[in-house]
Amino acid sequence: MSSLAISLLDLEADSQVCLEADDYQKRPGKWCAGCGDFGALNAVKRLLAKEQLQPEKTVFVSGIGCSSRFPHYVNTYGFHGIHGRALPVATGIKLARPELDVFVTMGDGDCTSIGAGHWIHATRYNADMVVLMLDNNIYGLTKNQTSPTTPQGYASMTSPKGAVLPALDPLQATLGVSNASFVAQTADWVPAHLYATMQAAYDHPGFSFVRILQRCPKFTADVFQKNIENPDLTELLVHENGVDVPSLKQLFKARRVHDPKNIDDARALAHRTDKLRLGMFFRDDSLPVYEEIRAVPKISAEEKVARLNKEFERYAV
Amino acid sequence: MGTKATGQVNVEEVPEHTVEIITNSGEGAQKCAQIFGATCAKMGNGVWTVEIIPAEIEPPHHTVTSTSGNIIRFGTGKITNWGDQSKLAVAFNDQVLLSRHRLDSLRDDCIILLEAAWKDSEDEELRRMYDEAMEEMSSKNYRFVMVPYEEEALKIVDNPNHGKNMFALGLLAEIYQRDLSIIEKQIAHIFRFKPAKVTEKNIELVKAGIAWAKENLDFRFHIESVPFEEERIVMNGNQAAALGAIASGVELCAMYPITPATSVSHELAEIIENYGGIVHQSEDEIAAAGVAIGASYAGKVALTVTSGPGMALKTEFLALAIMIEVPLVVLNVQRGGPSTGLPTKVEQSDLLSSIYGQPGDAPRVVMAPRTIEECFHAMVTARKIAETFRMVVIVLTDANLATGVGQFTRPELDVRWQQGAIDQSPIPEGLRPYEWDLETGLSKRIIPGMPGGQHTVTGLAHDEESLVSYHPSSNELGIKMRSRKLAVFQSTLMPPEIHGDDEGDLLVVGWGSTQGAIVDAVGRAREQGHKVSTCQLAFLSPLEPGLKKIFSRFNKVMTVEINYSDTPGDPYVTEDSRRYGQLAWLLRAHTLVDVECWTSCPGQPLRPRDIYNNIIAQLESTEKGVAA
Repeated sequence: MSSLAISLLDLEADSQVCLEADDYQKRPGKWCAGCGDFGALNAVKRLLAKEQLQPEKTVFVSGIGCSSRFPHYVNTYGFHGIHGRALPVATGIKLARPELDVFVTMGDGDCTSIGAGHWIHATRYNADMVVLMLDNNIYGLTKNQTSPTTPQGYASMTSPKGAVLPALDPLQATLGVSNASFVAQTADWVPAHLYATMQAAYDHPGFSFVRILQRCPKFTADVFQKNIENPDLTELLVHENGVDVPSLKQLFKARRVHDPKNIDDARALAHRTDKLRLGMFFRDDSLPVYEEIRAVPKISAEEKVARLNKEFERYAV
Repeated sequence: MGTKATGQVNVEEVPEHTVEIITNSGEGAQKCAQIFGATCAKMGNGVWTVEIIPAEIEPPHHTVTSTSGNIIRFGTGKITNWGDQSKLAVAFNDQVLLSRHRLDSLRDDCIILLEAAWKDSEDEELRRMYDEAMEEMSSKNYRFVMVPYEEEALKIVDNPNHGKNMFALGLLAEIYQRDLSIIEKQIAHIFRFKPAKVTEKNIELVKAGIAWAKENLDFRFHIESVPFEEERIVMNGNQAAALGAIASGVELCAMYPITPATSVSHELAEIIENYGGIVHQSEDEIAAAGVAIGASYAGKVALTVTSGPGMALKTEFLALAIMIEVPLVVLNVQRGGPSTGLPTKVEQSDLLSSIYGQPGDAPRVVMAPRTIEECFHAMVTARKIAETFRMVVIVLTDANLATGVGQFTRPELDVRWQQGAIDQSPIPEGLRPYEWDLETGLSKRIIPGMPGGQHTVTGLAHDEESLVSYHPSSNELGIKMRSRKLAVFQSTLMPPEIHGDDEGDLLVVGWGSTQGAIVDAVGRAREQGHKVSTCQLAFLSPLEPGLKKIFSRFNKVMTVEINYSDTPGDPYVTEDSRRYGQLAWLLRAHTLVDVECWTSCPGQPLRPRDIYNNIIAQLESTEKGVAA
C-alpha cells in the first residue's frame, strides 16, 4: 500500500498537467477495474499534454488484445489492426510520413508470441516510435492462456498444471538485436517511474522499447504481488542519462547506477534474476533511424514523368 | 543443309522462327536469349520469349533435370505467344537437349546446333549417355550440326561456361542476319554494372561465333523486319509492371523475395529512388503487406508484390485493408501451386483464392493483364480503382508474362497518374470516418494529419463513426457498403470484346496471359471453317458485364485455363464429383450456363496446337451431344 500511496502523491504534484491530459482522452477505457492498462493510458495522456502533441499529427497503432484497444481511447488518429502486426503498420506509417508521432501499444502475446518476428526486425529497423509493451504475463482478452512471459509453473487454461517453460525475457531478446537503441522496463504500480520512462522513450530518436509490467486483475492479479509488497525486491537502474525519479528514492532503497550507454552491462543486468529491475537498460541516440536512412528527395510529378520517359529509352525498339 | 562444304550459302525466307537455347543452369542461356530477343525486337520483328528455368540456381550439370534455357519466337508480324514447337536449337549437351525432346518441344525437322565435345568425350559414362540420347532422339528427323562451343570459347576466355553463351549468340546473329551494333549495345547494357572489359570480352565472343558460322554453316534464314509505325518498347511483364507502378505514382513497394515476383522489385529497387520512392524489403510476406497498408493509411501510394505462397501469408492483412477501406494494390505473379509448387513456372491457380481467399466477406477487385503491355497499364488502372473505391485491388499476372519478353506501344504518360500532395485539409465538423453514401458505399478517405478527423480504424466490426459495434444492423450495413462498391465499379466496365463472330458453335473464354495462344488457336479453327470465337477476361472480380447474354449466342462455352480440372471419364469422376477449372467454376456460378472447360497445368504456357485440338474435340462432342 505504501508504494501506491507515494506514487499517487507524485501524480498529485502534476495535477495541472492532468487536467489538460484529459483532452487527449477520447472516451473512457473499457478495461476491467484494476487493469494496468489504465495506468499506461494515464501516463500517455500526461505525456501528450506535456509535449502538446497535435492530435491530428499523432497516431496510435496496436494489434489485438486488451492493451490493443488503447488507440480507441486516445483522441488522436488510431490504427487498431491485427494480432501481432502493429509494428509493420507503424513502420509503414513512419516511412510514409516521418513527421507523424507514432506510438505502438502491444501486449505480451501480441509482441513476443504471434508478432515476435516483427518485434525483432522492427527493433533493428529502429524507426522513431514509442513502443509500449504492456506485459501482464497472460492472454487476457481470450481469457487466461499462457503467454511467452507467463512465469514457469503459473497455471492457466492452456497449462492447468502450470506453464511448462521458463518465461521469455523480452529485455534480453530486445537487447540482443543489432541496432536496438532504447530498452527500458517500468511497472504499472510505480506511476511516477512509468511516466518518466515514457518521457524518455518519447525523447529518444529511434525505436523506444518500453516493457511495462502490469497486473491483469482477472488472471494474474498476484503475479507481481511480492514486488509490490516489498520494494526491496526491486532495484532501480538510475543514471543521469537514464530514468531517475527523485521522489522514489525513499521507497526503493536498492538503486544501481547503470550507464545506459553500456550495452554489455545492460545485457548482463537483463540476464540476472535476483531482483526485478526497473529503469533504462540501454539508450543510444546515435544509431541509424530507418525512415531517415531511407529518406529520398521528393520529385515533382512533371519530373517523374520526364524521368520515366527517359527510362523508356533503355527499352526502346 | 548443315556444315558448309561447297562454299554455297542457302538463304531461306521464312515468316517466323522459334529458337531454343538450352544449356545447363549457370551457362548463361538467359543472357544469350535476352540479348537475342531484344535485338530481334529492336530490328522490328514481333517477339515472344519464354524462360525454361529450374528452381535451383545451379543444379548438377549434364542431366535431363538441369535444363536452363529460353525459347524465342520471332517473326515478321506481331507475336503473342510461344507457338507450338521450336525450329532451331542451340544445345550445350545431349542431356538438356534430351529433356526438350521428351517434352516434344522440338519440331520434327528441328536444326540442332549441338556441342561437339561429348560425342568423343574421354569419360566413358558421358559417351554412353550421349549414345543413348542420340538413339532415343533418332525417332525424329532432327538435323544435327556439331559446334565446338567450348573449344572456341576457350580461345577467348578461361572459363567456357562464361563464354559459350555469347559464342552461341554469334551463331544466331549470323544465321538470322542480326544487326551487330544492336547486339553490342545490348551487351553493354546487360553488363553495365561490370567492368568495361567484361563487355569487350563478350563482344569478342559474339564476333567469334559470327566468324565460325560464316566459315562453317551453309544455311541462313531471312525474316523480314517491318519497322512499326508507332514508337515501341521491349521488356518482360515484370519490368512492365514495375514501370507501370512508377507511372501509377507508387512511392513505396514493400516486398519479401519470392519467385517469380522478385524481379519486379529488382527493377523498382534500381530506379524508384529517382522517383521519390523506396523499395522496403520486409522481414516476411506478412510484414510487407503491413508496411504497405501502414503507408497507404498514412497517404502514400503503396504496393506489395508477391506470388502464391506469399499471398497465402498476406491473407489476414488484406482482409484488414478491405475492412478498414485502405486502398492497396497487390501484384501476385502466379506460379504453380499448391504449397511451394512450381516456383519458376506458370499456372493460373490463384484465381479463386485471390477472389475468395479471406475468411469473412471481403470484396475486392481482381484483375488479370492479358499481355505484357497490359502489365504496365494494369498497375495504373489498379491504383486508380484502389483509391477511388478505397479498395484492395489484386493484379494477377503469372510466370509466363513475368519472364516473357515482348514489345508494345510506348505508353503515353500522364502527370495526373502521379500522387499530388497528401490531402491535409480540415475535416468538416460532423463528417464521420465512414460516411457511406448509401447508394454507392463510397465515403471520403480521411488521412492522418487532417485536423478534426481523428478516429481509430479497426478490423473489428464498426459503424460509420469507426466505433467498434456489434449491433446487428450496423454490421449488416458495413458488409453491404463494402460490397456495394464492387457493384458500382462493375457498372463502369464494358462487356468483353469478342474475337470472331458474335455467335456460333463455341465460345472459348480465357483470362490473363493465355490470350495470345488462345487467339492463335481459335484463328486456326476459324480458318478451318469452324464457328468458334473467343473472349479473354481482364476483370475477374467483379466479372465484366453482359456475359450471360454473350454466352447465350453460342451453342457451347468452354474455358481454357492453366489450372486443374477433372477429366470426365477418369476414375471416380462423375457429374456429381467433377471439379471444374477456376474460371469455369466462376462463370457457371455467375451465369448458370453449363460452361465446359479444358485446363492443363504442365508448368509451361499453353501451346496453340493443344488448345486447337481441344477446341476441335469440344466441337465434335457438342455435335454428338446435339445429335443424341
